[in-house]
Amino acid sequence: MAIGKSMNRVDAYEKVTGQAQYTDDFFEGEMLTAKVLHSTIANGWVKKIDTSEAEKLPGVVKIVTCFDVPDIQFPTPGHPWSTEEAHQDVSDRKLLNQRVRLYGDDIAAVVALDSVAASRALKAIRVEYEEYLPLLSPEEAMAEGAPLMHEEYPGNILKHHTLIEGDYEKAASEDGLLFVEGDFQTQIVQHCHIEPPISYAYMKKDRITVVSSTQIPHIVRRVVGQALGIPWGHIRVIKPYIGGGFGNKQEVLYEPLNAFLSMQVGGRCVKLELTREETFICTRTRHAISFHETTGVRPDGRLVARRVKIVSNQGGYASHGHAIAANAANEFRHLYQADGALEVDVSTVYTSMASAGAMRAYGIPQAAFALESHMDDIALRLGMDPIELRKKNMMKLGYVDPGTGIACYSSGLEECIDRGMAYIHWAEKRKQYQNQTGPIRRGVGMSIFSYKTGVYPISLETASCRMVLNQDGTMQLQMGATEIGQGADTVFTQMAADSVGFLPENVHIVSFQDTDVTPFDTGAYASRQTYVSGMALKKTAGIFRERILDYASYMLQKPADSMDIRDSWIVCRETGEQLLGMDALAMESFYSLDNSVHITAEATNHCKSNTFAFGACFAEIEVDIPLGKIKVLDIINIHDSGVLINPKLAEAQVHGGMSMGLGYALGEQLLYDKKGKPLNNNFLDYKLQTSLDTPELHVDFVQTVDPSAPFGNKALGEPPAIPVAPAIRNALLHATGVAVNSLPLNPQKLVEAFTENGLLNGGALHV
Amino acid sequence: MTKIIHCTVNGQETEVAIDIRESLADMLRQRLHLTSVKKGCEVGECGACTVLVDGEAIDSCIYLADWADGKHILTVEGLRGPNGELSPIQQAFIEEAAVQCGFCTPGIIMSAVEIVGSGKQYTRDEIRKLISGHLCRCTGYQNILNAVERAVNEAYQFLQQGEP
Repeated sequence: MAIGKSMNRVDAYEKVTGQAQYTDDFFEGEMLTAKVLHSTIANGWVKKIDTSEAEKLPGVVKIVTCFDVPDIQFPTPGHPWSTEEAHQDVSDRKLLNQRVRLYGDDIAAVVALDSVAASRALKAIRVEYEEYLPLLSPEEAMAEGAPLMHEEYPGNILKHHTLIEGDYEKAASEDGLLFVEGDFQTQIVQHCHIEPPISYAYMKKDRITVVSSTQIPHIVRRVVGQALGIPWGHIRVIKPYIGGGFGNKQEVLYEPLNAFLSMQVGGRCVKLELTREETFICTRTRHAISFHETTGVRPDGRLVARRVKIVSNQGGYASHGHAIAANAANEFRHLYQADGALEVDVSTVYTSMASAGAMRAYGIPQAAFALESHMDDIALRLGMDPIELRKKNMMKLGYVDPGTGIACYSSGLEECIDRGMAYIHWAEKRKQYQNQTGPIRRGVGMSIFSYKTGVYPISLETASCRMVLNQDGTMQLQMGATEIGQGADTVFTQMAADSVGFLPENVHIVSFQDTDVTPFDTGAYASRQTYVSGMALKKTAGIFRERILDYASYMLQKPADSMDIRDSWIVCRETGEQLLGMDALAMESFYSLDNSVHITAEATNHCKSNTFAFGACFAEIEVDIPLGKIKVLDIINIHDSGVLINPKLAEAQVHGGMSMGLGYALGEQLLYDKKGKPLNNNFLDYKLQTSLDTPELHVDFVQTVDPSAPFGNKALGEPPAIPVAPAIRNALLHATGVAVNSLPLNPQKLVEAFTENGLLNGGALHV
Repeated sequence: MTKIIHCTVNGQETEVAIDIRESLADMLRQRLHLTSVKKGCEVGECGACTVLVDGEAIDSCIYLADWADGKHILTVEGLRGPNGELSPIQQAFIEEAAVQCGFCTPGIIMSAVEIVGSGKQYTRDEIRKLISGHLCRCTGYQNILNAVERAVNEAYQFLQQGEP
């Protein structure tokens, strides 16, 4: 069996030798360079653009402005398209925009012979604006008289909804409830994939090819078609290796403009790569979300009446729209069930800041920070162990989401918690670190989460796979699902080997997607591919096996059902005796003068299920109170992601998520000045975790076998980033008694909090 | 202005015409097609473009091609043996699952070549510091540290065994 083994990545050799080709590694003869002119105001209108000086510069081929582009608004998010208009994504931007909605909005573009000429041209373009007040928070945006970011959305509210389970007022009137309230605020952070967004486009005859660093090639094809108003069959999208995505490349941002620019220069090849500085402000970020929670709880710790108000800062464009705030709201419903009522009021609000979009775990890290911090606050008020409180209220096996029908088919959550407690010596340290004094104090904290696997039933879940037998008895495996660094190609190889009966080394996966030849899949997001695309793979393998066995039956004159495929051999089903090598079968099938068959299989699977993954984080920290500095002494994530296809890669995936969670907890934050201009949109000033900032990362798994999954597996890609920040915040609470309710927990904020709470007095230790 | 420079790239003497304004990263990528040299920031913040110049790891995006005149340049393309065999460092990166998206990988491997090539024994914390100029968003550095530590130890043991 290949599944469950820690085989090396199938793409590792290419990646350690420099052979792996990313979008910037192809040389197509002449490649023109495109650069985008970005607005230097955060809110207003472009009144006039003067390109006359820029056009005179040597090397400039073409300049287009927001006054030259098609009058088509298009949707950018990497969602499966909906044929029902009501469920379609918001179309609120053009290729270049006259209406400026954030600092760095795209207002003109230059195509030049090289990047120097393009950069010089950008500097020579003169722009006149009509400037409005920048809207730098949802409160400012919702205030009366605030300028509308989009005329269609009064009050700048993109969408608002209320999730209601039970009658809150009735539940809250129960005698003897203790009410706990809390306000929580998360910050804007960025994905920081190391490869910046990049694409290039060229035309051959009347078709346009776009090569792009994307998580979602088939969706890029659709959006380019929509944005340019051209038939989708005229567009070919190729996805090579990509240098990370984390959700930022689950959106179609610059490919349509890139295609348009190529068309504007007669189909010549044009490359458009963003700088790191542009990446921070012009692509996508994680939503800053505020939460107000009110919880009525019985003295025994049972949650009864829960009310939550969520306001999400969307930035200038809708991107994934309300979906992320709605997902955040669902976490309140999923992780804990009240014995009474839950009411969540959710708004997504346009502002004039960087547009927020999909980022690893899609709203759940924000929700987890608010929800799990609040749980510790409740436990403190009740004088109860935070774990006891959680276990009393958390999702149990058999739970069914009343809104979506998603059921809990398997849960290792309790065991995840138990293992974390044992690892960190919970009971002992919770006691040991009570009542500390002095400048250096320690604490332990934890948090838990649940996470869905894919997007069913909110959106379509469909995936396809193709298997082709080669002459030597190996197979070519083609997935519409994409490798974005997470290891998808390796786990698909393992799944295919087991599902067909081949040795893993006899499975050759095609890593690149090309929409002209790759079977359809919506791509890498929502931790969906091992589950949803795995189902398509399994279905295809069934057909492929049957065709191989039929041919074996013809060659060996034995009934197909008396045989099996194991280790790339046709064997007797009963005895396991090796009857025919796959190489011999394949040669005959290709070149037989009597019965030549090219054995292939292709299938689509429309997935109509979903399942919950779970996990917990436990952290031990040391706090230097005068410095306001947190040092993480020990940290572990324990995950129930069902059966692990490749344990070592799974562990590596968790490491990366934990690191992202640590950055979220301790340092990362995109800052703006009063005019809405970003202050730290580069790797020097934006405090991304380095190896020196990262402690040893410990990982454990509880492997449940999920009955709804193709291989017992559940979501893994995104979840590791979820529980880290609240676990550290709760450890801080344990260490100091100070509840800090906003992220990041950086020294400036902690010194202020310690001062407010009387631990520091003018920088000196007070108690 | 175009200038001809001479340098040794991955063991091969090379004559290359450069624009005196261009970076070594651009020269290696655009003119010699050594595309293991990645560009993640172009201002010396991320370390993805790291190559060795006369044995020293540098950010080639902020190193002028002109400065490489007369020098020895080593990139990941130059690490494999004469029959294509992987270096022990590359092997360690594969086996320790230190590679995910792979974009920061060649740069970190080149720093590892410098670290391992010193022949010194380093603690894990020292290695943490030595690779802290490389940004990686996928791995949390855990398996990268494992791979570099393993390569350092293997090389150190090899050298110790070689001594009488």
